[in-house]
Amino acid sequence: MEMNRRKTIALGAGGVAALIGTAALAQTAPATTTAPAAAPAAPVTPGKTAEQWIAEFTGGAGVTEGGVELTAPEIAENGNTVPVSVAADGASEVLLVATGNPVGGVMIARFGPAAGRREIATRIRLARTQDIIGVAKMEDGTFRQATANVKVTIGGCGG
Amino acid sequence: MINKREFLQAALATTALWGLSGHGNWGRLAAQQALSQDRLLQFDDFGNVTLIHVTDIHAQLKPLWFREPAVNIGVGEARGRPPHVTGKDFLSMFGIAPGSPDAYALTHEDFTALARTYGRMGGMDRVATVVKAIRAARPDAILLDGGDTWHGSMTALRTQGQDMVNVMSALGVDAMTSHWEWTLGQDRVREIVDGLPFAFLGANIFDAEWDEPAFEPYKIFDKGGARIGVIGQAFPYLPIANPRWLFPDYSFGIQEARMQEVVDHLRGTEKVDLVVCLSHNGFDVDHKMAGQVQGIDVILTGHTHDAIPEPVLVGQTILIASGSNGKFVSRVDLDVRDGRMMGFRHKLIPVFSDVIAPDPDMAALIDAERAPFAADLDEVVGTTESLLYRRGNFNGTWDDLICDAIRSERDVQIALSPGVRWGPSLLPGDPIRREDIHNACSMSYGQVYRTEMTGETIKAVMEDVADNLFNPDPYYQQGGDMVRVGGLSYAIDVAKPMGQRISALTLDGGEAVDPAKSYSVAGWASVNEGTDGPQIWDVIEAHVRKLGSVRAEPRETVTVSGA
Repeated sequence: MEMNRRKTIALGAGGVAALIGTAALAQTAPATTTAPAAAPAAPVTPGKTAEQWIAEFTGGAGVTEGGVELTAPEIAENGNTVPVSVAADGASEVLLVATGNPVGGVMIARFGPAAGRREIATRIRLARTQDIIGVAKMEDGTFRQATANVKVTIGGCGG
Repeated sequence: MINKREFLQAALATTALWGLSGHGNWGRLAAQQALSQDRLLQFDDFGNVTLIHVTDIHAQLKPLWFREPAVNIGVGEARGRPPHVTGKDFLSMFGIAPGSPDAYALTHEDFTALARTYGRMGGMDRVATVVKAIRAARPDAILLDGGDTWHGSMTALRTQGQDMVNVMSALGVDAMTSHWEWTLGQDRVREIVDGLPFAFLGANIFDAEWDEPAFEPYKIFDKGGARIGVIGQAFPYLPIANPRWLFPDYSFGIQEARMQEVVDHLRGTEKVDLVVCLSHNGFDVDHKMAGQVQGIDVILTGHTHDAIPEPVLVGQTILIASGSNGKFVSRVDLDVRDGRMMGFRHKLIPVFSDVIAPDPDMAALIDAERAPFAADLDEVVGTTESLLYRRGNFNGTWDDLICDAIRSERDVQIALSPGVRWGPSLLPGDPIRREDIHNACSMSYGQVYRTEMTGETIKAVMEDVADNLFNPDPYYQQGGDMVRVGGLSYAIDVAKPMGQRISALTLDGGEAVDPAKSYSVAGWASVNEGTDGPQIWDVIEAHVRKLGSVRAEPRETVTVSGA
């Protein structure tokens, strides 16, 4: 079995500080060690469609597919906390939209010029099976996006 | 990497006996064999590496009947492709003579009559004989277990998997992966793994909190002059298909990018000559993964219980499907040279228990494991006048009996029973022993709940399960069969999208199910924590005792279209 953080922490009291520190980090960025500054999405405006969220983010500019790596499970293990990450080389900002949630805007992450990896990972709540969309604003001002379908199931009968 | 043309030429040149020159070799050659142990085990050694694969044994230590499915529908690209070929189509695709031993082992055709002719299959003492014979010829052979091993019988449940751990350790397993093992609870799994004399692999098992690997992803074997990396892939949808509360610290998933990363690490850093994936993904998921992840030579598939007599080739990856319940052992000989797989020879060895002699040491061990429970196991509860079977996309007769028991004992209009693929068969005239009932329903969360559901909810549940089975993208398939229903008939169009497949829901007696109306419903294997109710095996036993003799003919309660 591999040594991992859970086990390392269990080895001694010296690990307790690390537990608190990394647990807090894990809430926002479990998949990357260089956590960028994550700003909450713009003030909540219920009823905005996914298209409206994206249009506000892009200012109406065209969005092309590709160049964005959106990682999410095919089927959520727990719809209340679904791990999602968005990575896009050369991105200055990333918008994450959950198209099937009552409030579709999940977050906008802004990367400073010193950010090594342009990647943000978080956990989000999904109300039902839906597409999630990651839109990246590139440093040259263009926009790119990727879509992933995440299924939220009732659960059932594994063979 | 060699290209596909070179690969095929290499394979064709060296697999005259059990090769992949299209389907059809297997049956013709098998038909030429007399049914003897020597012939069943006959194999012309090939290359320098041998893999032995068993999977989905479901704790079946003794020889059994297991009827393969009559209905096993493939959707999307999988339509009409093995393993989604059954009965006469299967026989003709693989050139197997009707009524032959192989027809009995691999299909449902004439099952009862052929079972009486050819006898039970499996038994881990017979499997031990097969493994020892292969190892006598190939001492460096690697024995790999695809999981669903520590679950499925009364003795496995009562010993919390220990009987199977002892048997598989004695068999000399080199590595395994997992699924139902986790339903023993994460503390028990960790306890077993800490003392396990072989590797417990799962590249896709992550710590749920820290999102980092929690178990060994792979193991490297230096065998036959080659360096072989074996990657484990646990069942991806454990926390969805089985109760998450039993293993809250772990997360799974297909994790295609992770698989690629581990393959690249094995090839780039560990410098292996051969990459094997010991998988519990299910066949269609593995078929897709083989096309997406580059650099896997062999996928030993599991979970969906398919037995396919020839390897399936996807790009340069071969997929092996070794059946379930100890009915088959796969032997795969490989020619591995200069860091490449140059060719292979394969045989799906059917374990006919009347033909293959039991290994005495293993037989003694199995008897010792069962002895403390012998009286309980062997108690006869009733008799069946008809074939009891489960496997197939929709209700089998075992399921109908279970649903009848639930409706009768729990006094409900509608019964729901999980579409698991395990559970051996019983022949007409067989006694129903307590062990047989447990073999059909043993689990660590067998409570039979009783509740009210609206017609709308019932349909939603059925749509949800149908999409787990018939979603055209294999990555959304969980590998079980359709939920079984009692007191209810319905139509299903498998080609429709989720939410539109199920229609014509009708109660026994002909009344249409009203979406707004509430109905009494009972079922078992709930994934929810704290489910109240009697254990399913006690419910079935009470019902069978009252009947004494059971007759369960196949029912016409499900109308299928779109296949």
